[in-house]
Amino acid sequence: MLIPHPLLGLRDAAEFTYLGDAALIERPEGDIENAQDVFHNYLFLRDNPAGEHRELWFHEQGDRSWLVVTRNTVTHEIIKAELARDVAIQKGRST
Amino acid sequence: MTDLTAIPPLGGTQPLVEKIGDIGIVEVIDRALASIAVRAGQDAALSELMASKFEIGLPEAGQCLETKPSRIWWMGPGQWMMDGDHDSREDLAAELKAALGDVASVTEQTDGWCRFDVSGSDLSEMFARLCGLDFAALKSGAATRTLLHHQGCFVILSELGASVLGPRSSAGSLHHALVAAAKSVA
Repeated sequence: MLIPHPLLGLRDAAEFTYLGDAALIERPEGDIENAQDVFHNYLFLRDNPAGEHRELWFHEQGDRSWLVVTRNTVTHEIIKAELARDVAIQKGRST
Repeated sequence: MTDLTAIPPLGGTQPLVEKIGDIGIVEVIDRALASIAVRAGQDAALSELMASKFEIGLPEAGQCLETKPSRIWWMGPGQWMMDGDHDSREDLAAELKAALGDVASVTEQTDGWCRFDVSGSDLSEMFARLCGLDFAALKSGAATRTLLHHQGCFVILSELGASVLGPRSSAGSLHHALVAAAKSVA
């Protein structure tokens, strides 16, 4: 499998490690009122569709950047790879 | 106490020089290394300082710039590695830190790495056996970190061939990998 790294082009999947769903970026604040419920959802509840998934991959044996990879689990097609930093900035979670 | 003898990564008294077919493998020990990580929002200030104090630019992703007497290559977003002559600039990290101040964080890297320079008329067959890079498509000036026999290594291409930098503590394993690949294509 080749992952289209946004900075470095096609790279072997062996250079990457997988963390989990890209929703992990959206970690809720710990001091909100219903934190327990929100964290339960954040930690344990995931959609698992047969089809498109957005996932966090780490280019551990490369440039050490975190990517958000959009991938189809039915066809194995990789649709998109973005820097997780850019995704977080778009969501207003980082500057 | 000051009369200590430096030992090359492979443990010999002299750095290793080898020729396998038309492929040359040379252990390089004359480079000091330091990494530079830009601090938040200081990208422009860093490239200005590097240009004015060291007359060197900051390479783009996957690239290496060579302006004698130094090489600088991209390690990751906002991070670069620079080398310099070991005998005259052994304290390269301190030199960089003094020049860059609060614009970047500098880490001494010299003894963390071993370096082998590989030369030959066609290295793509050899590197196809070593790593997952599309080596034939890489041009002179490319620099990237990849897995080479399960070891995270930098591979840097120049007109003279390829430099491979790997963890110094597994220099023997890296050397074995290079020799085995060279023998299988020689």
